[in-house]
Amino acid sequence: MARVLLTVPAAAKRGEIIEIRAAIAHPMETGYRRGADGQRLPRDILRSFACRLDGDLVFAAELFPAVAANPYLAFHLRATRSGTLTFTWEGDAGFAQTETARLAVA
Amino acid sequence: MRRRLGVLACAALAAAAVQAQQDARRSGFADMSPATQAMQRDDTQNPAMLFVADGEALWQRPAGPEGKACAACHGDARASMRGVAARHPAFDATLARPVTLGERIDLCRTRRQRADPLRPESADRLALEAYVALQSRGLPIAPPDDPRLAPFRARGEERYQQRLGQLDLACFQCHDDHAGKRLGGSVIPQGHATGYPIYRLEWQALGSLQRRLRNCYGGVRAALPPFDGVELVELELFLAARAAGMPVETPAVRP
Repeated sequence: MARVLLTVPAAAKRGEIIEIRAAIAHPMETGYRRGADGQRLPRDILRSFACRLDGDLVFAAELFPAVAANPYLAFHLRATRSGTLTFTWEGDAGFAQTETARLAVA
Repeated sequence: MRRRLGVLACAALAAAAVQAQQDARRSGFADMSPATQAMQRDDTQNPAMLFVADGEALWQRPAGPEGKACAACHGDARASMRGVAARHPAFDATLARPVTLGERIDLCRTRRQRADPLRPESADRLALEAYVALQSRGLPIAPPDDPRLAPFRARGEERYQQRLGQLDLACFQCHDDHAGKRLGGSVIPQGHATGYPIYRLEWQALGSLQRRLRNCYGGVRAALPPFDGVELVELELFLAARAAGMPVETPAVRP
């Protein structure tokens, strides 16, 4: 499991625009580099990221080889209701990781 | 009375100004772009915090035949490791030479936990080092006043002044004589090692001061000294004395 750092406000007012931050430890190997032995290093990148609030998609992103290692994504959403935020990363070599965080809206 | 206080305040201000003038040292942080500075200032943006989180997990994880974790002896790192990074490299009596913080962690692993040593620059060693060094963030760098370190520190200073490599350059020529000017597109920093291990954007990873020093050796086309070798430790010792009193920034971000 890759290390993930999530930043979700502890409490939000209804209608407030909040910032969510999600960082994940991942090498984002482009597939264009060669190793010390001259062989091409196989591509190993994250392909997609999605954030869902109780199953409803609130943010998604596609990632490409040009994205730096340890991708950090920050985005805003309007806090309309409390629920569980689910963060999903998918990538090469069957990489899949899901993390959750509680969103409390007063 | 009020006038006297005013005079005192003026004197204090003047003294502070003189001190500021005397201390022309600046961290590499001051020369970074506002975006990179923001990345270091905010822990939720700092990619090094991913490694720190790994280090915190390793601190609690048992290792070796007795299954003891770092925390079993040292307890809460936030209290027990406060200030430790600021006083390394420190002298190790058994090896009869100075050791860096990373080596110290490794020695503790092999001697006390009787676990396998961690390879220099391995993710685990850097993570533990970053976690331990984070506990000294904001404290002034305080090299130990140990007479046994003096000869090593003096040799480190000689290395700093020694021209080497095909380019025949010494550390001081860039980092003292031409600091603040540009090398290619980058500002040459004064070379104060205040934030190691650092997350270097060029590396896209966490790396130690020794990795950075070896980069400079490569830059002047000199033979690379080995990790944990006495050359680099001596140089680190001198750099710690040179940066004495500057606040620890670990985990720093550098371009």
